[in-house]
Amino acid sequence: MKIWAILLGLLVVSVAGPFLGIRVVTLITAFGIALVKAYIVAKYFMHINLERKFVTYLLVTMIVLMGLMVGAVSPDVMKHDGARWENVAAKKAVERGEAAAAAGEGHHAEGGEAAPHAAPAEH
Amino acid sequence: MQRPIATTRSATGIPTGRLAVWWVIASEIVIFGGVLGSYLMHRLGHPEWSHQSIHTNTWAGAFNTFVLLTSSLCAVLAHQAAEAKDGKKAARFLMFTVLGGLVFLIVKSFEWSHEIHEGFTLTSNTFWSFYYTAAGLHGLHVIAGMVIMLIIMPDVMKNKELQRVENIGIYWHFVDIVWIFLFPLLYIAK
Repeated sequence: MKIWAILLGLLVVSVAGPFLGIRVVTLITAFGIALVKAYIVAKYFMHINLERKFVTYLLVTMIVLMGLMVGAVSPDVMKHDGARWENVAAKKAVERGEAAAAAGEGHHAEGGEAAPHAAPAEH
Repeated sequence: MQRPIATTRSATGIPTGRLAVWWVIASEIVIFGGVLGSYLMHRLGHPEWSHQSIHTNTWAGAFNTFVLLTSSLCAVLAHQAAEAKDGKKAARFLMFTVLGGLVFLIVKSFEWSHEIHEGFTLTSNTFWSFYYTAAGLHGLHVIAGMVIMLIIMPDVMKNKELQRVENIGIYWHFVDIVWIFLFPLLYIAK
């Protein structure tokens, strides 16, 4: 019950964080607290610390593999150009989205039109 | 009752059923990790998505986080009751956990209905594709957990197979953890 109360307290902080309007604070209250909450649930609800070490090694291995995948792919996805390549589709999607928002056309103008081109597949 | 050898043998020292659940969770880490990692990378590469993400309902997401955390507490209490060999109490707490899952899905269905009505569909924009895919995949896991709890409940009530209460609890807490990450990614990062 005490752990549950702590988790709810952390939830309130993560919801309240963005109201301060400070980007760094929002990042910490949203994602930092998510990590803390996940740790608390894994330790006190799943009792992973009382389980054989094999389980921790197994799960950590999976998280590392996931991190490797994200780390290896992220430069291609997050950057839209490099020394010898340019992701034209992604750049156009960004431009379209920003233009639609600036024009106040809302989601309806952007929707549908952006979808087929939004995936940054052309390198 | 005669049990299959695979059910009683345990090379790791972990009961086979529980070990299987950990393996399921290991595979789920890669599944959800892949979806959430891809979302995160695209989100950072597409600043224009912020014009879409402002339309997600933070309060609905926060309420659902509260519901899932509370249902996780019920799963813990069910496990405690099972440890005390009180099958009836364990089944009662499992029922509360299922109810938590049901409330979560009802809130989600209202949320999605509103969003779809507003024109934000799976194909509107890549942000919404990720939104429906990630939350939908999570929702399917909630449904699967509820179904499993309903299946094991009759035996638990009769004080039989009480170890299953812990097993489904571990799974349910993992589903909770996934939502703990989905909530800031989809509802708070505007």
